[in-house]
Amino acid sequence: MRPFHLVVLAAGILGAQCAAAEGFVIRGATVHTASARGTLKNTDVLVRGGSIVAIGADAAAANATVIDAKGKELTPGLFGGLTNIGLEEIAAESETVDSTFNQKSPAWEQQWRPELDVTLAYNPRSIIVPVERIEGVTWTVLAPNAGDSIIEGQGSAVTLDGRYDAALPGSRSLFVQMGAAGARESGGTRAAEYMLLEQAIHEAHAPGPIGQGALLHAAGRDALNRYLMGGRVVFQVDRASDIREVVAFAERSGIKPVILGGDEAWLVAKELAKANVPVILNPLNDLPLDFDRLASSLENAARLQRAGVRIAFSSGDTAQARLVRQLAGNAVAHGLPWESALAAITSTPADIFGLGATHGRIAVGQAADLVLWSGDPLEVSTLAEKVWIAGRPVEMKSRQTELRDRYVEKVKAHQAR
Amino acid sequence: MNATSRVALLFSTALMVSGALAADPFPSTYQVPVNPPVLIRGATVLTGTGERLDGADVVIADGRIQSVGKGLAVPANSSVIDAHGKWVTPGIIDIHSHLGVYASPAVKGLDDGNEATSPVTSNVWAEHSVWPQDPGFEAALEGGVTTMEILPGSANLIGGRSVILKNVQAVTYQAMKFPGAAYGLKMACGENPKRVYGGKNQAPSTRMGNVAGYRQAFADAQDYQQQWDKYHRELATYNKKKAEQAEGTAKKSKDKDAAADKELTPPSPPKRDLKLETLAEVMKGNIRVQMHCYRSDEMATMLDVAAEFGFKITAFHHAVEAYKIADRLAENNVCAAMWADWWGFKMEAYDGVQENLAIVDYPEHSCAIVHSDSADGIQRLNQEAAKAMAHGQRAGLTVPPERAIRWLTYNPAKSLGLEDRIGTLEAGKGADVVIWNGNPFSVYALAEQVFIDGALSFDRAHPKTPPRSDFLLGKDVAESPL
Repeated sequence: MRPFHLVVLAAGILGAQCAAAEGFVIRGATVHTASARGTLKNTDVLVRGGSIVAIGADAAAANATVIDAKGKELTPGLFGGLTNIGLEEIAAESETVDSTFNQKSPAWEQQWRPELDVTLAYNPRSIIVPVERIEGVTWTVLAPNAGDSIIEGQGSAVTLDGRYDAALPGSRSLFVQMGAAGARESGGTRAAEYMLLEQAIHEAHAPGPIGQGALLHAAGRDALNRYLMGGRVVFQVDRASDIREVVAFAERSGIKPVILGGDEAWLVAKELAKANVPVILNPLNDLPLDFDRLASSLENAARLQRAGVRIAFSSGDTAQARLVRQLAGNAVAHGLPWESALAAITSTPADIFGLGATHGRIAVGQAADLVLWSGDPLEVSTLAEKVWIAGRPVEMKSRQTELRDRYVEKVKAHQAR
Repeated sequence: MNATSRVALLFSTALMVSGALAADPFPSTYQVPVNPPVLIRGATVLTGTGERLDGADVVIADGRIQSVGKGLAVPANSSVIDAHGKWVTPGIIDIHSHLGVYASPAVKGLDDGNEATSPVTSNVWAEHSVWPQDPGFEAALEGGVTTMEILPGSANLIGGRSVILKNVQAVTYQAMKFPGAAYGLKMACGENPKRVYGGKNQAPSTRMGNVAGYRQAFADAQDYQQQWDKYHRELATYNKKKAEQAEGTAKKSKDKDAAADKELTPPSPPKRDLKLETLAEVMKGNIRVQMHCYRSDEMATMLDVAAEFGFKITAFHHAVEAYKIADRLAENNVCAAMWADWWGFKMEAYDGVQENLAIVDYPEHSCAIVHSDSADGIQRLNQEAAKAMAHGQRAGLTVPPERAIRWLTYNPAKSLGLEDRIGTLEAGKGADVVIWNGNPFSVYALAEQVFIDGALSFDRAHPKTPPRSDFLLGKDVAESPL
């Protein structure tokens, strides 16, 4: 695949960037590469043309601006999880939400629309984008919300630098809601989810037009067919037995599955490792919130990692995507190695969504999505000091910092304690 | 420090509240457990009074803090915990929890948090919805939470009474109920009531409808109170006349007075109205108002409503915009209970900033509180404080750990009216104590040991097996195939 930054520059969307042309070097950082190279102390990272072009002890190049990191910690830009950033402004105000396609009928009476792609609704001018970006979240995966369908539609990874054509090529995925949530739309039993999915697959494979009662339009059959040839499908499912069934279903259907949720995944960690199926989880989920996740545990992440399962973290929270670091830090407190926790919010999700060659690591040839931190990047008391996306510095402002600046002076002017 | 004061004050308070306790139809059955003394040695102690003591000891005996200071003597028969390198704080108090009323699992059969059938349900009491087997209680305990205020939800303008619980294992809520704690009243501003009732095409459907609803409810309660006052006056007159009559009969049996001889009829008491009774108690200052309110303008409106009817709002909860009126809240001695960073999930939460806690904390006489409103968040209130400290510091509002711990301990205790009993590590206070494996304001910090009234209630080195909650029984066997 062509590196993403080349695509952007070729399209000329960014306009002239003098600094980008000469490049800059971040000097003397503690570089967490999120790659096999691990952490590199007192290291320079040279950025030119939006990408990382050199990493080393003396990566300085002629004409490059020097940014002295003073030993501070540098990570790849963070993955904000599966969110609706740019698809919603205020979750409770439905007019501001573009993530959910509701059919308002039972799943077996619906015309399924796997061709729906919420990426088209992405608004890079969302007020939420800068709020997340200044905290080091440089990309997210737009996931359709579970409406009343089993197949929720497609979504892609997007960069959060504010460009209109923000989708990261190769990341498009199909999202499927299973378990108790899917059962609710399928007549009441989760067994019907498989029945209906198998019907949809039969229709997709069928050579001619389908008669009455078809789940899929022609466009839907085309879309589904693309995923039946090794495409990436994200299944939202928590119960251990459902996870096993999903993995088996995916195998016989030619699908590359990703488990989303997976609160009970640790119970079937060996099977997941053997099938090389990754899990995107929220490591804070530890309560038996329903009968699909009686086995929820704060050690889910650590146990999966020990079994060799690839893990990434997502809270699914759009407004609070910035808290993905807190998920990672807590996973460390409950037994996950620090490097694995960082990978779970950088390189592993990039790999899961087919972006590993260009995103998620500090490595030569990767997009220069970088964050310089005030301390340990997984620590809640640490803040992002500088953020770059595709080599361009992020202005560290958002609607929230402007509100802060308006009112903090007011309180300081008043009599202090 | 060698804090030994406050004991006298403490006992006088206890006597006062035990007087009120007799009137509680659902009395606490909680009893302070008997345990040998404990000496915690050599820790960094955040006392909750605003002090930080390095290399200090804490002595617990008879369920109370006995002393805090350096190089304390080992009491007889005590166990000694080496806490060098560890941090010790008062037990965490969450004044906004729905544990037990919105329990896990979140099934319909346990959906007991909102009596959303009428906008004013001051007659309902959260304690009657509390399921003591909620697994969320022990998860919160592992996060150092020793006391919780359990509130009804925010569907209603006036949602009902709260209950203060100790985070102890129990089969009944009465065995968790904080002895002598005053009741709270849950009220709610803004979007939730107007959405719930507006959606049913009934009042309130607007914010002005909300305010009309609070005012009418309290006006009705004033009328109700007047009826009772009138009754008590008439009863007093009756009793006086009856006494005079009896006296007159004895002294002046010959001096016939037709009126005095007349048969006296005692006045009839008004019918009890459980809704208005609670509101009348609020206006008498016996029940503390805990009000869900996001927007600063609505908080200001509610301060005026409270003034109109002569009651006090103890704390605004959620208070996402409290930072806009931090001075006014401090001047009015009103607490604000806040999240560190929740925002944007509805319009009234749109102006959230991560400096909210630090800004609200800044003025003199402020009362900033970290609350959870979440079965997840309650497990990590220390991390919420840590995030708020970091953002405060960047904005030039530095809050050191010894002050920030008050957001989780002393300030919530004050908002519950329990600041003389819990919330600080001072001699005479209840021994609710957390030993952390390091600075609690870190994502890596874990509560290692949690004491409630001197009883070791959680010990990370020896986790309780089986779990406390009956609901969690049977999991292990179900997870293990033959």
